[in-house]
Formats: sequence, C-alpha cells, structure tokens
Amino acid sequence: MTPGPRHLLAVAAGGAGGAMLRYAATHAQPDGGGFPWTTFAINVVGSAVLAGLLLLPLARRSTVWAAALGPGALGGFTTFSATSEQARSLLADGRTGLAGAYVVGTLAAGLVAVVVVGALAPPLPEEDEL
Amino acid sequence: MTALLVALGGGLGSVLRYALGQRYDDRWHHGTLAANTGASLLLGACAGWALGGNALALVGTGFCGGLSTYSSLMVQTRDLGPVRGAAYLVGTIALGLAAAALGFAAAR
Repeated sequence: MTPGPRHLLAVAAGGAGGAMLRYAATHAQPDGGGFPWTTFAINVVGSAVLAGLLLLPLARRSTVWAAALGPGALGGFTTFSATSEQARSLLADGRTGLAGAYVVGTLAAGLVAVVVVGALAPPLPEEDEL
Repeated sequence: MTALLVALGGGLGSVLRYALGQRYDDRWHHGTLAANTGASLLLGACAGWALGGNALALVGTGFCGGLSTYSSLMVQTRDLGPVRGAAYLVGTIALGLAAAALGFAAAR
C-alpha cells in the first residue's frame, strides 16, 4: 500500500495532537533539573502504545487512522530530540551518571515495553513504524 | 496560543519525518535516523540560542519533538533483531548526542 495525501494529512493532524499532549504533560509536570521523569514516561508509554496499536479496531480497519495514530499521534507525542538535549545538558553539567542512567533507563524501559506489548498485538506494517 | 504553536510545529515535523521514512527507510531506517539526528541538532541549537516562549514552543517543543520519535525507534530496534537492532539503537543515540552538542556549540 502506497500512502497518499490522505495519509500525510492524517500524520500531520495526529502529530499536532500528539505534540500538544506532550506539551500539556510537561506543562502539568515539568521535568525540572534532575532525572527527566515526565519525558521518560512519555517515551515509554508512547512506545508501548505504538507496539500495541493494532489492538485498536480503528487502526486495524483503516490505514489512514493507523497513520494518524502511529506515525502521527505517537510519533508527535514521543520525542528523541528532547532525550538527546537533556542528556547533553546533564553531561555538560558534569552529571555523567545521571545522564547515563537516563539514556539507558529510557531505552531499556522502552524496549521491555515494546517486547511485552508487542507479544500481545498483531505486528505493525512497515509504514506505521515510521 | 502557545499550545497552537506546538501543534503547528508538531504537525509539520511529523509529516517531514513520515516523508523521510517513506523515502529513505529500507533495510536500515535511514530516514528515521536522519529525522532523529536533525531534530537533535536543531534542539541543541535552540538551547544554545536560549530560545524561550513562543519561539521555543514552535521550533523546539513542536517541530523538533514532532520530527523526532522515540516510539518508532523502539519498535524498529525490536524488529531489527538483537545485533542490527543494537547497532541501530547505539548509532542513533550516539549521533543524537553528538548532534545536540554540535548544535548547542554552534549556536552559542
């Protein structure tokens, strides 16, 4: 299946919503100067939900909805750039152990989440993994 | 207002990431890697410029956050298997850190 303009629009709308949700979460519970728990939780939860996306009937029925929710909402909700910048900032402050714990902790928790949830869910098609 | 700027940036960034993935992801996820690295570079520069307020909402929180993705990184890593997955993950994280440091240093 080749994604068309409707898929691009769906990704744009989903990405806008996901980014707003992330903004609302970090606004309600700012990361602060220590371990960035809010961004950690966003990335782990977003990864788990993407791995389980096809448990949702809506995402199974329509490739446009799958694009809106997967690459759109969850791609917009989760953020890799913030983890890079937060780790850079912690390293620059000399907090090497905390930076390492944050980077390794996020990827370890994210991987466990996608493996566990993925075992219960139908596999995602390539285009929804972007 | 700020939330709308986050939404605008997030929508644009997400579409760009999706298009990059469509075009360049094959055996390796070059498109997603480029999106994550580019977003880290730009967000590092935002920190170097000490952006705040609406500019940070649009470019940093919105566009960089939408352009980059952690959820896809995790699912793609799992699907690549232990060896290629580990190489992809370690490569992405190392490039992301280097890009953020470069962006920060260049913007100061």
